[in-house]
Amino acid sequence: MKKKFTRFAAVAMAGVMAFALASCGGGHPFKKDTLNLGNAGPLTGGAAIYGNAVDRGGQLAVNEINAANPDGVQLAWKAEDDEADPEKSVNAYNTLMDKGLNIFIGTTTSGAGVAVAEKADEDRVFTLTPSASQVAVTEGHDNVFQLCFNDPNQGVAAAQYIMANMKDKKVGIISQQNDYSQGIKEKFVSEFKGEIVAQEVFAKDDEKDFTAQLNAMKDAGADLVFVPIYYTPAANILTQANKMGYAPTFFGVDGMDGILTAENFDASLAEGVMLLTPFVASANEEATQKFVKAYVDAYGEEPNQFAADAYDCVYAVYNAFNQTGLEATADTAEICEAMIKVFTGGFTASGVTGAEMKWNATGQVDKTPKACVIENGVYVQK
Amino acid sequence: MKLLTNLISGLSLGSVYAIIALGYTMVYGISKMLNFAHGDVIMIGGYMSFVMSVYLGMNAWLALLIAMFVCTCLGILIERLAYRPLRGTGSLAVLITAIGVSYFLQNVALLIWGANPKMFTSLFEGVQPIRLAGGSLTVTAESLFTIAANIIVMIVLTLFVNKTKAGKAMRAVSEDNGAAQLMGINVNQSISLTFAIGSGLAAVAGVLMCSAYPVLTPTTGAMPGIKAFTAAVFGGIGSIPGAMIGGLILGIIEIFARAYVSTELADAIVFACLIIVLLVKPTGLLGKKISEKV
Repeated sequence: MKKKFTRFAAVAMAGVMAFALASCGGGHPFKKDTLNLGNAGPLTGGAAIYGNAVDRGGQLAVNEINAANPDGVQLAWKAEDDEADPEKSVNAYNTLMDKGLNIFIGTTTSGAGVAVAEKADEDRVFTLTPSASQVAVTEGHDNVFQLCFNDPNQGVAAAQYIMANMKDKKVGIISQQNDYSQGIKEKFVSEFKGEIVAQEVFAKDDEKDFTAQLNAMKDAGADLVFVPIYYTPAANILTQANKMGYAPTFFGVDGMDGILTAENFDASLAEGVMLLTPFVASANEEATQKFVKAYVDAYGEEPNQFAADAYDCVYAVYNAFNQTGLEATADTAEICEAMIKVFTGGFTASGVTGAEMKWNATGQVDKTPKACVIENGVYVQK
Repeated sequence: MKLLTNLISGLSLGSVYAIIALGYTMVYGISKMLNFAHGDVIMIGGYMSFVMSVYLGMNAWLALLIAMFVCTCLGILIERLAYRPLRGTGSLAVLITAIGVSYFLQNVALLIWGANPKMFTSLFEGVQPIRLAGGSLTVTAESLFTIAANIIVMIVLTLFVNKTKAGKAMRAVSEDNGAAQLMGINVNQSISLTFAIGSGLAAVAGVLMCSAYPVLTPTTGAMPGIKAFTAAVFGGIGSIPGAMIGGLILGIIEIFARAYVSTELADAIVFACLIIVLLVKPTGLLGKKISEKV
């Protein structure tokens, strides 16, 4: 028995080691003469959809820039897996540093972002996060900037939009017990001057049954339900509301983006759903169409907002870097100081998630969200 | 009216917990091990059925049968490769392995099917929910069928365990593994059969759960698995009717806590009820009294 167990353990260990090796992504260091961009994000685990989108969007932009400017600064891109875990994210960041990181395009998620911002500040690495939207990510760190809206700003924008365009509605709110959802909800509630008839929450990791919350909305007579949540639970909410015969206007923020990409999703459930988002894949602007086509050609699926954020990050960083006048071989800390000067010195970037994006000294971005409504299975810009 | 609405919601949610709990309790009752991978076998069952019905265009009921077959094989395989080599090494080693198997299945599903959620097509697609009292009460076909399936499964399992030769062998193994072996019972075969039945049930549970709550992701089975485990303990783990009653009560408590107390505290209330039940009846509502030899 003992021998058998040892053999089993040996096989198991070998398996674990093979897994560990496979997830290291080769482990080649960056080259010295390229400007090395790195990202830490969840490439596996429950949030993998976001991490992989960022990895792909970033890689696509790097390929485009390198191909378009063979004589200019050449970029290199690496993404390390952090499973959206703060501790693992610091490890992933350290791995990137060991490989020769120059500019950090990360992290993908907020909790990890707060942990890594601390390290990146100590090391003086310029950081532009595509999607870590908590205020705490940039707070107190002069080297950390956000390309996405921070959570409170989304709450403010949603409240203003509803007050301006749908002020007669009775508003109900269903939010989730996580930092993202609560951050938006709190700001929304304090900013919104209309009538909020019901507020309900649901647990962080329990996204199945919403009948109690929906009944509460229905009983309170809410005809607009604000849902600052991700689209995975939102899909369950829409299905259950439909079965109950309850049809208010659902109003989401950027987390709702992607609901139409869920496989086999019955788009009629999302008919009339509204959302505020910086990126709309079906928008008819030229830059967006070019990006969407390139992304579909490369990866066989439509990009979501995370991919677009990463794509814009790389372009913004590249354009800002060219303004510093530095060589790609410059010291990482030297790059950091020069980049901070450019970003806080009136630099603007235009991309697929916004035109004329500007940054303030705390690292927050200033851009206008787009309001969309889902009609016949596609986003229609309002 | 509000009470009735919530009661129906509670029964629907509870019936999903109950059918998962039946698998937990079945395996625990025979092999005395907590198969924490059960929730993830459910998820695999959901995905298999999704693949058959959406990608291959099969009839939903045929897809369910194939999912049951695949999960049954998977259950036997897991038992053979992960649990059998550890038999006799103490329950802690097996428990940790079960958690490992759970993570393994989640990550395999992530590799195969990706992280983007898939929307499951209900077994009762197109069947209109029954609306009572002028539309304010809704009873869905999914929850009616899940409750019916629970009762059928409970009766069939009870009969199987009590009346058939294989069922008697299982009970003998659960009473005293060593003595059963001496009496000529093939212990390995009995335990394999238990896992086969438990995993086949998991596929049924997966399809019914996804019919009611259609968002399918690699972690779909994790939380319901934990809740159903709680339900099984609540009803008395190892007891087949206990699992069903535990599941239904847990569902009702959860929905009532959300509707009348607070959505934030619902889970805390559910687990507080579990603690109270265990303090008063340590073996659960319908659990057998066990006298330990000291």
